[in-house]
Amino acid sequence: MDLGLLAQYVMNGLMLGMMYALVAVGFTLFFGVLDIIKFSHGDVLTVGAFTALATFIALSALGIESSVVQLLVMLLAAIGAMAFLGAVIARAFVLPLRSAPPLNTLLITLMIGTVLREMVRLFYPDGANPKPFPRLLPADSVNLGGFNLRLDNVILLVAGALVIVCLQLVLNKTKLGLAIRAVAQDEETTKIMGVNFNRIVLVTFAIGSGLAAFAGVMNGLYYNEINFGIGLYLGVVGFSAAIIGGLGNIYGAILGGFLFAALQTIGAVSLPFASAYKDVFAFAVVIAIMAWRPTGLIPEKTSERV
Amino acid sequence: MKKLDILAAVAVGLLALSASHGPTTAKDKVKVGFIGSLTGGTSANGLGGRNSADLAVRLRNADSKAKYEYEMVALDDECKPNIGVQVATKLAADREIIAAATHYCSAVAIATVDTYHKFRLPVVVWGAVLPDITYRNKYPEVHRVNGTMINQNELNASLLTKLGYKRFAVIHDTTDYGKGHFKYFGEALSKAGGTILGSFGVTSDQQDFTAELTQIKSLNPEVIYFGGLTPIGVRIRAQMDRLGLNNIVLDGTSGIKSDAYIQGLGKLAEGSLSFLEGAPAERLPGGKFFLEKYNAQNYPNPPEAYGAFAFAAMNLILDAIEAHGPDRKKVQEALNKTSKANSIVGEITFDDHGQNTVPIITAYVVQDGQWVVWEDSEYAQGKRKLPGQK
Repeated sequence: MDLGLLAQYVMNGLMLGMMYALVAVGFTLFFGVLDIIKFSHGDVLTVGAFTALATFIALSALGIESSVVQLLVMLLAAIGAMAFLGAVIARAFVLPLRSAPPLNTLLITLMIGTVLREMVRLFYPDGANPKPFPRLLPADSVNLGGFNLRLDNVILLVAGALVIVCLQLVLNKTKLGLAIRAVAQDEETTKIMGVNFNRIVLVTFAIGSGLAAFAGVMNGLYYNEINFGIGLYLGVVGFSAAIIGGLGNIYGAILGGFLFAALQTIGAVSLPFASAYKDVFAFAVVIAIMAWRPTGLIPEKTSERV
Repeated sequence: MKKLDILAAVAVGLLALSASHGPTTAKDKVKVGFIGSLTGGTSANGLGGRNSADLAVRLRNADSKAKYEYEMVALDDECKPNIGVQVATKLAADREIIAAATHYCSAVAIATVDTYHKFRLPVVVWGAVLPDITYRNKYPEVHRVNGTMINQNELNASLLTKLGYKRFAVIHDTTDYGKGHFKYFGEALSKAGGTILGSFGVTSDQQDFTAELTQIKSLNPEVIYFGGLTPIGVRIRAQMDRLGLNNIVLDGTSGIKSDAYIQGLGKLAEGSLSFLEGAPAERLPGGKFFLEKYNAQNYPNPPEAYGAFAFAAMNLILDAIEAHGPDRKKVQEALNKTSKANSIVGEITFDDHGQNTVPIITAYVVQDGQWVVWEDSEYAQGKRKLPGQK
C-alpha cells in the first residue's frame, strides 16, 4: 500500500481513537471509584457538544468574532456545565443508590441518558436535525502524496493528548489524584484515613463528565456537525473500549479506545465486502477479546469481573 | 305498551323534524391522511410535503363547490420503517380515513405497502422513489405521482458521461433506498460507458466516513456517486474536504436535493449534483399558482423538492372523493383509472401498477449556495467548471 494512504488511515484512526479514549476514560473513572457503570455518559457528551454550540451562537450574537476567544469560551462553558451536570447526576441519583443492587444504578443512568438525549431532541430548537458545528480551527493543509495533513486535525490530536496527560498528572501527582486512587482501591480504609468519600466521588464524576464535554466539542470540530444521537454511539463504543482495556484502569481505557478505532479502520479497509460491516467486525473482536481476557487487557489491580 | 309505542312514535317524529330542519349548509366531514418524516434528518422534506398536502385540503375547503369538508390527519414516520408501519397501521385502521398521501422515505414506503393493502386503504405516494414500491407487488391500493429512481439514474449517468467523466466510486446507504440507487445507477452507467471502480455500503446513521473515503482516494475516481439522504451526504462531502478530495465531483441523487444540504455545508456544497423527478415548482405547469398559494399561507418552512407532488397527490385523492363519495373502495377504483389528470406537476396517468408514467427529471447543481437547474447554471454554460472537468 502507498505510504501516504497508510499515513492517512493512521491519522483517521488516531482521530477516532482519541475521541473513543476520552469517553472510555470517563467510564473507567466512574467504575474505579464506585464500581458502577454510568450509561448516561455518552449523552452527557451530546449535551456538552450542544452547550458549546449554543455558546457559540450566543457569542456570535454578542458580536465576538475572534475564533480563539469563541473556542475557549465554548470549551469552558461546555466543560464547566457538564462537570456540574455530572456531579449533580452523581449526587442526586448515583450516590443515593449505593446500597441498592448495581443493576438499579445501571438502569437509572440508562434512563437519565434517554432523558438527556430526548431533551436535546425536543427542546433544543430544531434539535431533531443535524446541526452544523462552526469551523473554528485553521483548515490549512499539506498534501503529501495520498496523505492530506490538516492543521486542525493536528491541533485536535495534540489537544486530546494534552488532556489525557494532564489527567494522568492529576491522578498520579496530586493529593486529589491520590484520594481518587485510594477510594478506587479501598473505600472503607480511605474513609478511616479521613478522606471525604462523597466529595471525591463528586469530583471524579465532574472530571469524567468534563472529559466527555471536551470529546463532544472535539467531535463537533472534527465532523463539523453534531446531532442528538452522537452520544449514544460514542457511549457504546467508549464503554466497550473501557471493557476491553480493563475497567478501572485508565491506561486500559486509552488502549481500548485506540484499539477499537484501529479495528474499525482495519475492518473498513481489509474486509472485502461492504464496509457497512466494519462495526460488526470491531464488536466481534471485542467479544473475542472479552472471552480471552474477561478482565480486560490491562486489568485493575484488584480486579472484579463484570 | 301503548304508551311506549306513542313515545317511540313521538321520538321518531322529533328526530325526523330535527333532521329536516338541520342546517343545510354544513357539509359532511371527511378525513384524509398524510404521512411523512416530520422529525429527524429528512424532516425539511417531510414538513414541506405536509404543508403542501395541507394546502390542497385548505384550498378545497375554501372552495364553495366542494361537497365535503376535509380534515387532514398528519402523522410522522420519522423516516424509520418500524415507526412507519406503526403510523400506517394507525391511519389505515381508522375507518373514517378514506385515503392518504404517504411517505418521503423509500425504506418506509416499501415497508408499509403491505399494511395499506391489508387494510384496503388507498394511498398515493408523494415522494419516495424506490421502484419496488409500486412494482414489487400489484396492490391496487398503492399509487405514486412522482417518478422512480430508474428514471433519475438514467439521466444522471448520461449527463456525467457526456461531461467526460468515466471513473466512478459509489457510496450508498444499505437501506432499500440506497441499494436501489446503486443498482439502477450501475445499470445506467454501464450502458452509458462509465465504470464503477468500487462501491461502499454504509449504514444510514454512520458518522465517520474517513476510512471509506481514504480507500476511494486510492482508487482515484473522478466522481463519487452518493446514493443516500442529506444527513450523511453532508458528512461525506465535509469529510471529503478533510481528506483533500476536492477535485472529485459529488454526484448525489434526489436524496440530497434539500436546502439542509447547502446549510450544512456552506461553501463546500458548491458543485454538488442531484437529480429529481419533476421540475422546479416555478417551471411546472401549475407551479406559479402553487407557490403563490403556498406563500400566502405563511408556512414556517419551504415546500422543498417534493411539496408540489404532495399537493398533487392530495388533490387526486380529494378529486376522487368529490366524484365518488367518501368510500375507500370507490376512491381506490377511481384512482386506479387516473388517466391524463391535470395537476400542477403535469398530466398524471397511472399504469396498471399505480405508477405515474410521465416522468420528468431535472438535474441540479449547487451554485452560489442555491440548487440551480443544470441547464440554467454557469456550469452548463461553461462559465464554471465542475471539479476535474475537462
